[in-house]
Amino acid sequence: MSTIATPGGPVRRLAGLLYRRPYLRLAGLLSAPLLWLVVAYLGALAALFAAAFWTTDVFTGEVVRQFNLGNFQELWSQGVYRTITLRSVGVAVAVTVVDGVIAFPMAFYMAKIASPRAQRWLVIAVLTPLWASYLVKAYAWRVMFSGTGVLNWVLDPFGIHGPGYGLPATVVTLAYLWLPYMILPLYAGLERLPNSLLDASGDLGARTFRTVIWPVAFPAVIAGSIFTFSLSLGDYITVKIVGGKSQLIGNVVYDNVGAANNLPFAAAVATIPVAVMVIYLVAVRRTGALDNL
Amino acid sequence: MTLSRGARIGLRVAMVLGLGVIYVPLLVVLINSFNADRAFAWPPAHLTGRWWSAAWDNGGVRSALWTSVKAGLGATVVALVLGTMAAFAVQRYRFFGRGTVSLLVILPIALPGIVTGIALNNAFRTVLTPLGIQLGLFTVIVGHATFCVVTVYNNVLARLRRLGTRVEEASADLGADTFQTFRYVTFPLLRSALLAGGLLSFALSFDEIIVTTFTAGAGVQTLPIWIFNNLFRPNQAPIVNVVAAALIVLSVVPVYLAQRVSGDTRGL
Repeated sequence: MSTIATPGGPVRRLAGLLYRRPYLRLAGLLSAPLLWLVVAYLGALAALFAAAFWTTDVFTGEVVRQFNLGNFQELWSQGVYRTITLRSVGVAVAVTVVDGVIAFPMAFYMAKIASPRAQRWLVIAVLTPLWASYLVKAYAWRVMFSGTGVLNWVLDPFGIHGPGYGLPATVVTLAYLWLPYMILPLYAGLERLPNSLLDASGDLGARTFRTVIWPVAFPAVIAGSIFTFSLSLGDYITVKIVGGKSQLIGNVVYDNVGAANNLPFAAAVATIPVAVMVIYLVAVRRTGALDNL
Repeated sequence: MTLSRGARIGLRVAMVLGLGVIYVPLLVVLINSFNADRAFAWPPAHLTGRWWSAAWDNGGVRSALWTSVKAGLGATVVALVLGTMAAFAVQRYRFFGRGTVSLLVILPIALPGIVTGIALNNAFRTVLTPLGIQLGLFTVIVGHATFCVVTVYNNVLARLRRLGTRVEEASADLGADTFQTFRYVTFPLLRSALLAGGLLSFALSFDEIIVTTFTAGAGVQTLPIWIFNNLFRPNQAPIVNVVAAALIVLSVVPVYLAQRVSGDTRGL
């Protein structure tokens, strides 16, 4: 212990000072994280949304720092942006529904039917693909959906042709990417549901699914849907890989930062997914599902 | 629990099909990396291992991999320090705005990546570029660390909640000062939580593409950026296949480590 500090040395004195003044300790602990997250991150976000009210000079490409609502007016009046917003929300909803439908029986099987030993392995089996790269998984579906791909190879003998790249492929790929985020909270929720309760409900002739399982599963579905919904809403990579020429909100933002070099407009577009997400969270909060997260 | 035979079989089939959906695409990528043809066609007519050695010798892949490792390590170190500090502050003290800290830590990962990406891009270009710092590895690490903090924060917070303060008080009663208590008592108890959080943080950073796109500048290529840039180039397809397959195989490593770590905590 002598390597740290001799009694009365400066380190020991500092330690004593910190011990006597908890507020000094707290300030020391909070300073760095808050400096990073508030000043750097929230500052950057605030600056971005302030920029949404600026414009870009069409000729010079310079940002003109003058408050106006032009970007939002354009977003509102141009039908194309409304279509893209609705399409993005539609994709996010579809992904959430697909995930819910696939995840529910799997989670139920894992929680209620599999033996404890099998349970452990199934959780690992569901979790492992989460660690595989996002890009690799999207790429895997590009291979599946391609003209000479696996899907067409399977469907050809039946005389059907796969959908190819497009919105359906985007929904499938996104649903695939976020599936574990739906299975795991559902599994955790259903596991807490005692088997005896289900048996009792069955004995008493109740509609077990509606009156017993669903009230327990619902908050878990909501918890999972927050991930599937928000992750789908901001995505622009998957749609580039398997979406063909389809565009989502993320693509509009990306193109305005990159090729068009119009940051103010990109910032204005970026407020859409944030606003949708905030509305969604507020709506979800009213159901009380967030308390169980 | 009692279920009808039909329901039992139906659920079992759903489980098997679900796992099939999860694993078939990954298997296809693995097999495809041995496809001898340059052009993709399923099923592959001939198999070969030569793309694996070609990928191994590919300079672009190697440097991208190295950049990703550096970015992941940098972001993880920052996340470990900041996440632990924030978790201690929130778990051990009562102060105004305490509930907001959790929200603040989660925000970077809850908001769409593209929002975080362009916000940081805008901030870096306005603040750092005039100071002579260009977008590069440094800004990638800053961006990644911002959304990695939450992983360490959550793990350490949960561990601190479970530990309580009794062992630390005992250590102080025995004459250890604040730093000695941390070094000899608290830190060893936190170690597996830090490892789990750090692992998750590294994996998040290693896989990230959206924030990276906006914070990396022209010269810096992480592995996901390399893959994305080469995804649409037909002549690079065999190499992309191998890199994708290798990443799938490698994803078993963190799962194995995480199992080991969680095994450790049970023995705690």
